[in-house]
Amino acid sequence: MTQEQFFFQHYGLTQADLQRYLAAALSAGGDYADLYFEYLSSTSLMVDESMVKSASQGISAGCGIRVVSGERTGYAYTDDLSPERILHAARTAALIASGPAKTPSVGFQQKQARSLYPVTLPSVDAEITAKVELVMRADSTARTYDPRIKEVRASYSDELRNILIVTTEGTFAEDSQPLARLNVSCIAKTDQQSGRGSSGGGGRVALDFFFGEKTPEHFAKEAARQAILQLDAQAAPAGEMEVVLGPGWPGVLLHEAVGHGLEADFNRKKTSAFAGLIGRRVASEKCTVVDNGTMPWRRGSLNVDDEGEPTQETVLIENGILKGYLSDKLSARLMGISDTGNGRRESYEHIPMPRMTNTYMLAGEDNPEDIIRSVKHGVYAVNFGGGQVDITNGKFVFSASEAYMIEDGHITAPIKGATLIGNGPDVLTRVSMVGNDLQLDEGVGTCGKDGQAVPVGVGIPTIKIDRLTVGGTAKKDTGGFMQ
Amino acid sequence: MPQTELETRSPKVETDLRELAQDAVRRAMAGGATAAEAVVREGDEFSTTVRLGQVETLKESGSRAIGVRVFFGKRAASTYSSDFSRSGLDRMLNSALALAKITSEDPFGGIPEAAQLGSLSGDLDLYHEDVYSLPGVDRIEYARRAEKAALDFDPRIKNSEGGSFDAATGHKVLANSHGFVGEYRRSYCSVAAIPIAQDDRGGMQRDYWFSVARNLGRLDPPEQVGRIAAERTIRRLGARKAKTAHVPIIFDPMVAASILEHIFEGVNGDSVYRGASFLAGKLGQKIAGENVTVIDDGTIPGGFGTSPFDGEGIPTRRTLVIDNGVLKSYLLNTYTAKKLGLQTTANASRGLAGTPGIGPGNYFLQQGKKTPKEIIGDVKEGLYVTEFLGHGANLVTGDYSRGASGLWISGGEFAYPVEEITVAGSLKEMFFNISEIGNDLEFRGSVASPTIRIDGLTVGGE
Repeated sequence: MTQEQFFFQHYGLTQADLQRYLAAALSAGGDYADLYFEYLSSTSLMVDESMVKSASQGISAGCGIRVVSGERTGYAYTDDLSPERILHAARTAALIASGPAKTPSVGFQQKQARSLYPVTLPSVDAEITAKVELVMRADSTARTYDPRIKEVRASYSDELRNILIVTTEGTFAEDSQPLARLNVSCIAKTDQQSGRGSSGGGGRVALDFFFGEKTPEHFAKEAARQAILQLDAQAAPAGEMEVVLGPGWPGVLLHEAVGHGLEADFNRKKTSAFAGLIGRRVASEKCTVVDNGTMPWRRGSLNVDDEGEPTQETVLIENGILKGYLSDKLSARLMGISDTGNGRRESYEHIPMPRMTNTYMLAGEDNPEDIIRSVKHGVYAVNFGGGQVDITNGKFVFSASEAYMIEDGHITAPIKGATLIGNGPDVLTRVSMVGNDLQLDEGVGTCGKDGQAVPVGVGIPTIKIDRLTVGGTAKKDTGGFMQ
Repeated sequence: MPQTELETRSPKVETDLRELAQDAVRRAMAGGATAAEAVVREGDEFSTTVRLGQVETLKESGSRAIGVRVFFGKRAASTYSSDFSRSGLDRMLNSALALAKITSEDPFGGIPEAAQLGSLSGDLDLYHEDVYSLPGVDRIEYARRAEKAALDFDPRIKNSEGGSFDAATGHKVLANSHGFVGEYRRSYCSVAAIPIAQDDRGGMQRDYWFSVARNLGRLDPPEQVGRIAAERTIRRLGARKAKTAHVPIIFDPMVAASILEHIFEGVNGDSVYRGASFLAGKLGQKIAGENVTVIDDGTIPGGFGTSPFDGEGIPTRRTLVIDNGVLKSYLLNTYTAKKLGLQTTANASRGLAGTPGIGPGNYFLQQGKKTPKEIIGDVKEGLYVTEFLGHGANLVTGDYSRGASGLWISGGEFAYPVEEITVAGSLKEMFFNISEIGNDLEFRGSVASPTIRIDGLTVGGE
């Protein structure tokens, strides 16, 4: 079933209706209007104390209507898809403009779309018993990993988002976006110490992904391993030092340090620390960073963005030089740059804006072992929690959840979780080695901006940063005020 | 059963939502459930942003949704829907009944006992229609005035992420198979400004300020909001890194509230019964200095964390969490209370789907006597933190490490702004080391703290 059939069948929509709604949206003028229909079904399951304690399913549907007039955006939405309510919302959004009515383009053109996640049976429609099996297997694997694992919580969630986007420029785009994720968290305890570990993954995949490529056992063992490791962790150091990031999820560095700062809206408004730096050096020449929404099955990928534009691979930094921004329609038009297909929104209740998809650094030529060997005294961070950035002054943090000391070129003791903090526009200038081992994360990232959450991916090879501030507690040998 | 109608507005809608919730419960029971609970939420929102004097966004809409939780004996499941058609509601109920068959028997599961249910009586001052009383033009004007006050404050304020005005109302109905049905409305409005300052060398800083209230009359004037936002932004210009140091740290009320939230997470029954909290098993023990008293009170009229009943239909109450440093109570819902052999504290928070979680009422650290100025004046060398970046707190191990920015204190006065630093320590020790508590408690949300000083933390920098 195509999505055209989906919305047309479920809600009796016709092309004439869509034209009528768009005409209402431009009834007071404006440069552009679009309609975003969404039908989201979701499932979630949680096992705790080896019991399936929670199971839920839900449906959320609605339509968001946007009218753009110059730099102004009017927005209204309705969760009632009757013609009266949609027309009412369209007229509300139209209030942003104040001029004679405009006529939308006649007839829609359906864009040739990719098929990055061609699942035959979306996981939301798969047997619930198979999903129960996944969380129960995760639970028992984690519990048997080590007797010091005392608590395990495993959860599974999936969704299928059917969308239809039509615009006054004649765009007609549809997509059916599956998303699934399995998560395991463990608590390890001894008489003296405790530790926490978590692991998870997924993507725009069918349920069989978790029975083949990435099994519950894989995630459970990883979560348990991290929890046990934390039992012996020593205090992390404090201050500036060499930092080596492991491959994969530590790519959250790129997301925070450069990704957000390169979103076009911040640069259009010149509120980003990266504003005006196109063509300038913002990283060492070993660094090339891209945002790529076209990777099959990935969590951050989309056939079309939430404005109906096909996604693409966009080079952000090439050999250290800042090349471009991530844009949606509004910023592309106002800045005279191309729309990179990065207009995204959390749901029909939200106005789209430039967002990342899968953001990663291309592999370099260094051998990961050589990178470790080159460090005299520093930190090797391989797993992270989240991060955050202040795009205006460029300061960003990301929190290491699994890290080790490196002494004289060797990885030594595990250290407690610590926040790493740096400055976006110059942290990558201090990247002196880039590994040949690019990895993408396993599919757990969710990015928040202006209160809107969207799924994203990150990736990075092993890299060495010559100087970065590590926020631990261990006292340094020198310096420091004491009072 | 005690019940209070707190508000009366267009009676037709009232009846519809009440009936809708009760009907969902009845039909779940008719479908074989042994207990059921339904929640219906309806809300309207308005928001506008004005940037550099021009309207940037205008958003106005409403939505509603229903969720049900059903039990078959000790098995539970929940479903929700935004589709209020007969077929949409049927589908929601049928999936819930089917889903409950695959969950596990949980001896502690279930809705509260009938005798526990009820709703606070009297006007809790939560709903004021005046948040929508301004004509559209004046709402935009609120946003414009806030931004203009910021832009006019200092020539170094050169850019802006805008001024904004938001208003929202929400209506919630909860019904369950003990015959409970309760409802309340809440309103909210806010005005904010996010100015950007730039110094001679091109360095940019951004900060913000806001005022939030349940009615328009209590909102601070937009000019005041804009001016404070500008002051907060200007004082960050020229920020530098600090040296790695062990110095006293003073946290302004906003960041102190975020530290207080770690205690909330630590006494959250869900973390406690799983042993996932550094405060698990500490009931009756000293977990903080004698000057620390923490209270959760869901009954304060007009409060941002106030409601007549919690997410399970139990009247909210006041709970002494920490009394002069001694942990007196966890914060619990029905399930976690049963798990721990305790009584619920009426802190159930109910979304549309899933099992009820635990949320704060009005949760705060009792204020002390010193002014913030006196607390700062006592510090020879130290840090005043005005913003955290990131969320580096591990509730299981107590490890604490967060990005921060603020002002360096020298000789009891602010010396210069600092940024790109970290603040680290252990949650297990931090609350014993709160050496000063200010007299400036003010609720700007459901969690609030006065200014506090904590010793023994590490500042990570150069």
